[in-house]
Amino acid sequence: MAVTGYSYLTAGCAVALSLIVNAAAAQEGQRTFSSGYRFVEMSGEELYDNVCRGCHMADGKGASGAGSYPSLVSDPNLEQAGYPITFVLRGRRAMPPFGDMMNDGQVAAVVNYLRTHFGNSYSDTVTAQDVSEARQ
Amino acid sequence: MHHEAQGASRRDLLSLIGAVAGSAAMYHAMTSLGFAAESRYQGPIKLEGDPRGASVLILGAGLAGMTAALELRKAGYQVQILEFNKRPGGRNWTIRGGDTYTELGGATQDCDFQPGLYLNPGPWRIPYHHRALLDYCKRFNIALEPFIQLNHNAYLHSTRAFGGAPQRIRTVKADFEGGISELLAKVTQQGKLDEAVSKEDQEILLQALRSWGALDRSYRYDANLFSAATRGYAAAPGGGLSAAPVPSEPVALTDILKSRLWGYLRNFASYNFQTTMFQPIGGMDAIGKAFARELGEVIHNNARVTKIEQSDRGVTVSYVDAAKPSIPTVATADWCVCTIPLSILSQLPIDVGPAMRAAIDAVPYVGAVKIGLQFRRRFWEEDEAIYGGISYTDLPIRQIAYPNTGFNRTGRGVLLGAYLFDGANAYEFTAMSPKERITHAVEFGAALHPQYKAEFENGFAVAWHRVPFALGCSGDWSDEARLQHYANLCQIDGRIVLAGEHASELPAWQEGAILSALDAITRLHQRVVKT
Repeated sequence: MAVTGYSYLTAGCAVALSLIVNAAAAQEGQRTFSSGYRFVEMSGEELYDNVCRGCHMADGKGASGAGSYPSLVSDPNLEQAGYPITFVLRGRRAMPPFGDMMNDGQVAAVVNYLRTHFGNSYSDTVTAQDVSEARQ
Repeated sequence: MHHEAQGASRRDLLSLIGAVAGSAAMYHAMTSLGFAAESRYQGPIKLEGDPRGASVLILGAGLAGMTAALELRKAGYQVQILEFNKRPGGRNWTIRGGDTYTELGGATQDCDFQPGLYLNPGPWRIPYHHRALLDYCKRFNIALEPFIQLNHNAYLHSTRAFGGAPQRIRTVKADFEGGISELLAKVTQQGKLDEAVSKEDQEILLQALRSWGALDRSYRYDANLFSAATRGYAAAPGGGLSAAPVPSEPVALTDILKSRLWGYLRNFASYNFQTTMFQPIGGMDAIGKAFARELGEVIHNNARVTKIEQSDRGVTVSYVDAAKPSIPTVATADWCVCTIPLSILSQLPIDVGPAMRAAIDAVPYVGAVKIGLQFRRRFWEEDEAIYGGISYTDLPIRQIAYPNTGFNRTGRGVLLGAYLFDGANAYEFTAMSPKERITHAVEFGAALHPQYKAEFENGFAVAWHRVPFALGCSGDWSDEARLQHYANLCQIDGRIVLAGEHASELPAWQEGAILSALDAITRLHQRVVKT
């Protein structure tokens, strides 16, 4: 499937529109925007920065108001990879489901990113195949 | 709000099918009564029977909670409301110059809008068939003005069509309808509809196509004064010498079809967005403020609920002062109407059975973002003759909505520079700082209005997943979740009943919050007077 999206230069004077074949190629000063319902971001880092960060924040610590977004820092819930995979696919409570908005590779990428950042260092890598099986 | 077409997506298609099925079911139900009713609202609620001094604790001073409090108090109950914010209204909210708002994550914005200008970050329009909300507005003497959903002179814009040049809604609509009419007239005249349409009806059909599509006498949609009377003129009729109108050149059907701009026309046709729509003069929060004024002292602000318990004898709700959370307090009552959004309620300990608990946990909340932008002058009116209404674009800002008030004045104006509801862009804008959101809204909007760069002054951005009192815009029910959990969510569980837009079939609408509250307290009252 061809992935399309907008590449947009913050410093540019006009909106630059281009077909992004590999959305992972986001450079500094450039932000990726999706064009449809699904996300075009491909790398774990970019998916975190453009999606997860909305609630879990740049430092992964979450936030609290009348309710809370949990911290992902040194999070034992990430030890079993199946847990975050299911969470991202199906959502739970305040966490929206992303199974319709991300493909298997994207879910695997963002789960791998979480499990190797914010004080988490789990060495086993999640594959798109794992995500595909979790969808069953 | 709510599922306006933003280009083709699976989600749009599903919601479209759902809407069609729902309205068909509704129509069937209503025709059995001999008329097609426009609302489930039956007029002011009458709770008959003596509650014998029973008390009700209401959680949340949004429209659902305040409706419940007002009507229960009128029926003889002792009521009190616990509210998390330092103001009543909940998502019924207006931002003005001088307001300060801190979102989750700590980013604080100070609004610099000029006096009289505002942003409604939450609900901003009221359909004419939201009769319950309109009735409360009337009772509270809230002055309304039209909300303009369709402005023929606003734009439809695709980065992939017409070289990225925005098109007037008027011409897209005229050329779409004209092109289809010409095509259908042609096949009718070629006899290709003979099996499907009688000769007599074919004559009427041709007349209808001429009228609807602005065709000329030979059923052509061309540059002439028939089509110009719909799509506009190259030179408009004038006075005196050189006054003759000059027709404009229609766009070919193939270009209209390929542009996909026709997809946005649904945003003006669907039931929720048909004329007449309204907005309160001066900001949507006029409604929440009026409810709060009626209620007076019964609202306790700054109360963050931490636990909801019940027994055979009553309900006990623990809460803390939102500013001084170390001091726990307890409120008790015979009954509880809880309007806390499920995004928050699902995180609280609450004494309800497994069915309601599962329902509370089953509803994620929609991501939505609104960005207000103040400009030095109302260039959309002065330069482009756009008075109110909405332009739609496939850029990540999705919409630009012009103020439906203060028309034709010199001086500053605030427009809605982005409105994202659901979908990837809503998350992408939520993940930015407020300043970045505003910067990007200005950059993108300049593709429709080049004046943006010179005239922009300041902005204000609200991303609903970062709103501390809501953690999302509105309940995002899937069809499966609604089937499985909706009835369980709405049932009275012991002494607790839930209300809010999430407990309605009108998600994200204020009308849903009010109808839900009226239904919940009606059932609660029946139970109280029976026991």
